[in-house]
Amino acid sequence: MEPVLVELAGIAVRYDGRTVLDIPHLSVAQQEVLAVVGPNGAGKSTLLQVLSFVRVPDAGRMLYAGMPVGPHDRLPLRRRTATVFQGPLLCRGSVARNVALGLSFRGVPEPERHRRVMRWLDRLGIGHLARRPARELSGGEAQRVALARAFVLEPELLLLDEPFAALDPPTRDTLLMDLRAILTQAGTTTVFVTHDRGEALMLGDRMAVLMGGRVEQCDRPQQVFMAPATEQVATFMGVETILEGTVVGCGEGISVLEVKGIRLAAAGEHPSGTRVLACLRPEDVTLSREEGGPVPSSAGNRVRGQVVQLLPSGLQYRVVVECGVSLSALVTRASHQELGLRVGMQVLATFKASALHLISRPR
Amino acid sequence: MDLLWSGLLQAIRLLLAGDPEVLEITGLSLMVSGGATLVALLVGVPAGTGLALTRFPGRNLLITLVNTGMGLPPVVVGLFVTLLLWRSGPLGALRLLFTPGAMVLAQLLIAAPVVAGLTLAGIQGLHPQLRLQLLALGASPLQAVWVLLREARLALLAAVMAGFGAVISEVGAVMMVGGNIRGQTRVLTTATVLEARMGHFELAIALGVILLALSFGVNLILTALQQRR
Repeated sequence: MEPVLVELAGIAVRYDGRTVLDIPHLSVAQQEVLAVVGPNGAGKSTLLQVLSFVRVPDAGRMLYAGMPVGPHDRLPLRRRTATVFQGPLLCRGSVARNVALGLSFRGVPEPERHRRVMRWLDRLGIGHLARRPARELSGGEAQRVALARAFVLEPELLLLDEPFAALDPPTRDTLLMDLRAILTQAGTTTVFVTHDRGEALMLGDRMAVLMGGRVEQCDRPQQVFMAPATEQVATFMGVETILEGTVVGCGEGISVLEVKGIRLAAAGEHPSGTRVLACLRPEDVTLSREEGGPVPSSAGNRVRGQVVQLLPSGLQYRVVVECGVSLSALVTRASHQELGLRVGMQVLATFKASALHLISRPR
Repeated sequence: MDLLWSGLLQAIRLLLAGDPEVLEITGLSLMVSGGATLVALLVGVPAGTGLALTRFPGRNLLITLVNTGMGLPPVVVGLFVTLLLWRSGPLGALRLLFTPGAMVLAQLLIAAPVVAGLTLAGIQGLHPQLRLQLLALGASPLQAVWVLLREARLALLAAVMAGFGAVISEVGAVMMVGGNIRGQTRVLTTATVLEARMGHFELAIALGVILLALSFGVNLILTALQQRR
């Protein structure tokens, strides 16, 4: 584990008497990419403003490279970090002048400024735009300029606040790939704020889920994705079926729970009587015709039900099956045609025990 | 119509002949109004910027006062400054009344709220996160303000034009505090009023045309600066 670069302890930010950020503890290790995800209004941008030293928290303390951050340290620390906000927020003048802005704040002499600006413009594939007026760029180009303006500072800590939120999907995907390559190569410690789970999974070494100003879960992205800590995190991470149930038995790494009279198997051993929320991702549910379903296995779950909703979702179909409880499933266009899915049809929903993630509920 | 035409011709004649009195009046107009605008910038830009970037109790009231100040009647300002500078007034010891200094002071009170109000609107019209972005790029608070002012250039130059326009064209305040003394405090507007009253319409029109030309010239330069890419 790399040493910690920045650490927050007991941080609170209040706005109009309302606490918008409440972080008992959060740290970012050197060379780590921490993805901060959460719905709109979760406090993500406020957290980033605190981390970029432009917003003084109302309570708590911050440590940078192990040293406490005092009021007089903010400007010098701002000059060791760089932030890219949501909009590109470019100024008048040429692209090169915009990218040089942070360097001029730091008093970097002109020859070096020019050299570094051109290096990063080339690195981001926009060297040919150097003399263009920054205000005349397309959204994707402008965002690349904003990234270059941050990278040119060669910061110890890079903070990105939903930098791709306003871009069209192809531009965003290309830029994300480039960003990932640069971050991997440069090893820059990064905090990346997004409300897009996919971006977080793609870039983050670790993922913090922020909700209502609090960190609900902070873990490896796969772990947050597969084993959300709370119902809210599960919902945000795309779990569509969340069932209330009680564990009625366990053994051999499997817990059996009862949900509205239906018995389901879930991976992991929980003591009998534990009240749980069972989370099931729609992509883990397989649908088949009732008569010819897959062979049941001991670790599998098979539930019969009726299709009550069928909605196209991108290249897939979102199917809601009513079987005493409502199960949500995603099926491919091909499966949809093969099964001849329609509302009112009886189907068999199967999913592995390992697909069912259990969250214990307090009594 | 004939009167207008002959006034125009006389204006050209006066300018071409380099009439010393007209030149002196024009020079004083430029100095008083230019000086007042310059000082109004020094006061109004920081005030407008401060109001735009800070939050404090009573801020809205202050902004309302600035906005009201943008439409101050010049005669009221003239009266106020006269009372202030009257021999027995609070600033009577300065002996400024009926001097160009008093005229600059009066016009400053007219121009400063205009400059402050338009600066405030200009800065507030920028993206609200731009200041944070500049700070996050390592700007000191002063460096950030400097870039913000540069970004609000269009509004700032509009502020200069509006401030200068308000004072070069006013007559009430300079008349009251300057007294329209020949060779000392006579400016284009007060001279125009005087000449018209005396029935010297051609000269009055000529002075009016010079005033318009002066205003046009100054705004031409400022607009060129404003619209530069």
